[in-house]
Amino acid sequence: MADEKSNASAYWSANVRLITGCLIVWALVSYGCAILLRPLLAGIPVGGTDLGFWFAQQGSILTFIGIIFFYAWKMNKLDKKFGLGE
Amino acid sequence: MSQFAINLLFVGASFALYIGIAIWARAGSTKDFYVAGGGVHPVTNGMATAADWMSAASFISMAGLLASGGYANSTFLMGWTGGYVILAMLLAPYLRKFGKFTVPDFIGDRFYSKTARLVAVICLIVASVTYVIGQMTGAGVAFSRFLEVPNTAGIWIAAAIVFLYAVFGGMKGITYTQVAQYIVLIIAYTIPAVFIALQLTGNPIPMFGMFSTHTESGVSLLTKLDEVVNALGFRDYTADVDNKLNMVLFTLSLMVGTAGLPHVIIRFFTVPKVADARWSAGWALVFIALLYLTAPAVGSMARLNLMTTVYPEMTGQVEDYDSAAGEAILYAERPDWVRTWEETGLITFEDKNADGRIQFYNDANPDFAATAEARGWEGSELTVNNDILVLANPEIANLPPWVVGLIAAGGIAAALSTAAGLLLAISSAISHDLIRSMINPNISEKGEMLAARISMAGAILLATYLGLNPPGFAAQTVALAFGIAGASLFPALMMGIFSKRVNNKGAVAGMLAGLIATLLYIFTYLGWFFIPGTNSLANTPDNWILGISPLSFGAVGAIINFAVAFTVSRATAEPPQEIQDLVESVRYPKGAGVATGH
Repeated sequence: MADEKSNASAYWSANVRLITGCLIVWALVSYGCAILLRPLLAGIPVGGTDLGFWFAQQGSILTFIGIIFFYAWKMNKLDKKFGLGE
Repeated sequence: MSQFAINLLFVGASFALYIGIAIWARAGSTKDFYVAGGGVHPVTNGMATAADWMSAASFISMAGLLASGGYANSTFLMGWTGGYVILAMLLAPYLRKFGKFTVPDFIGDRFYSKTARLVAVICLIVASVTYVIGQMTGAGVAFSRFLEVPNTAGIWIAAAIVFLYAVFGGMKGITYTQVAQYIVLIIAYTIPAVFIALQLTGNPIPMFGMFSTHTESGVSLLTKLDEVVNALGFRDYTADVDNKLNMVLFTLSLMVGTAGLPHVIIRFFTVPKVADARWSAGWALVFIALLYLTAPAVGSMARLNLMTTVYPEMTGQVEDYDSAAGEAILYAERPDWVRTWEETGLITFEDKNADGRIQFYNDANPDFAATAEARGWEGSELTVNNDILVLANPEIANLPPWVVGLIAAGGIAAALSTAAGLLLAISSAISHDLIRSMINPNISEKGEMLAARISMAGAILLATYLGLNPPGFAAQTVALAFGIAGASLFPALMMGIFSKRVNNKGAVAGMLAGLIATLLYIFTYLGWFFIPGTNSLANTPDNWILGISPLSFGAVGAIINFAVAFTVSRATAEPPQEIQDLVESVRYPKGAGVATGH
């Protein structure tokens, strides 16, 4: 019982760590590269404009897709590792 | 065959398809009706979610918003997609594990409070009803433009079709119709975009074409666009934004609002397993991205096309933009598509300086006034409604008439699929959360099905009525829907999963605080209950607190909700053990059954 409980809480903290990491990337591409850090990236040209503009209109969306699939894949592995899958 | 006959053929064929699906996917049980039996494949569900999510606004208006706002309006692109990341990680899998039918179900059980459930039901209904008005009017506009029926008749036809598959099929009928609607709308959106990208850049993939070379001028498309709009006094298309705080908060509001909208969340109750809910959110975003990555290309290319239609001399390599601006097109020689849209009143022309030419520039820019005067211009003579860009695209690119028919079917599909999802969220809140959970818990399954169908029919009638008599504030209500979803529902759901300490009092206080703060801020600037003229402060950036627009306040409302909920929970008793066990159980996929109402 105690084992089961510590196993479950280890699973949950692994999940929370994973979420935190993914959210950092999520914020970095959208609020970071596309908005707040755009002036810093202005020197990197992309197709007639700068990298920040590309992140705002395409890069962030592509990264979002990557994040969700990465999270789903990682969580499936965690489900198996901790024996908590369906 | 005339254009009208072709449009009729395309729209009629798509309707026949939806009705066929409705007959095939009749709902036999409440489980069928609320969660499509709980057996929808994650990819199928992703596609249905994409259609559910992409409304008439995404299909018709977004490219226009991007075309007019350029970089500044990237907020819509990021906000309406980034919400899926938080949905996939913070809500969808756990709510699926919880395994009930509706969003208020979770809030009511987790916070062991009828008040919390009731607040959730009210938030859900207000958010969904305000959102559905726009869908009905959007469908009405598409009908009247393409099928030459009056707006009123268009709205009634749309209501009748939705009635057929939503009332009989419930979530099951809606899901499979949405899959068909997604396919119709994505094809309709992509084909004209591909042709325009080919014409302008020689690259058939719009999202790449946007960042490649403009064939006729030999410079990058976006550089060319910046030069052209700059020569006419407009802001550079790619220009940076000064008020970054507001831009961040607006994007965040759209993201948390997206994640908190009930009609999107309930889609994740339909998949068989918790892991499927995670995958499904990814697939939903893939299908959404197919349109959202094309939209900025459509926006920038349509803007350039529009400018070079008015100023043909600006199309190729331009030595002197001043003299090119003098060679504006003669009104008498305007292209056919301008004539067509003039008839609808969405493009208007007034020859202010009586030179017979169309001058189209930014006459609101004080720095440009001297240049305009030197050129003999006396005001911008053309007004173009942003919403026509996507609809006029096939005509601008000289595409065959069947593409126009496809666009008609696509626009109507986008409006109907979103309307159906919203109507299901409303009717399940009424029949399941109000009638079954609060008024008559002993209702039989058959009785609940009947109640669900009646409330669905009632919701359709209400939406139709509001579509026919749109309140003057229809445009502002979208902000309201996102504000409510983001400031009240999203934080309550997230805290319910990630904190065991937040209790009934904390959740109710937090939801109300977030909701009221957001409403007060919106009403202060947009008018009390949106009644024009009753706003306490003029809606201008100078008046906004810290430069935060009322549309961006949802994110602040969400923060208030979190803060109040934690503070009140700390000061009051811990949730009982069985609630803490419930929180524990939603965190682990093990032992999830299909969604149930009991």
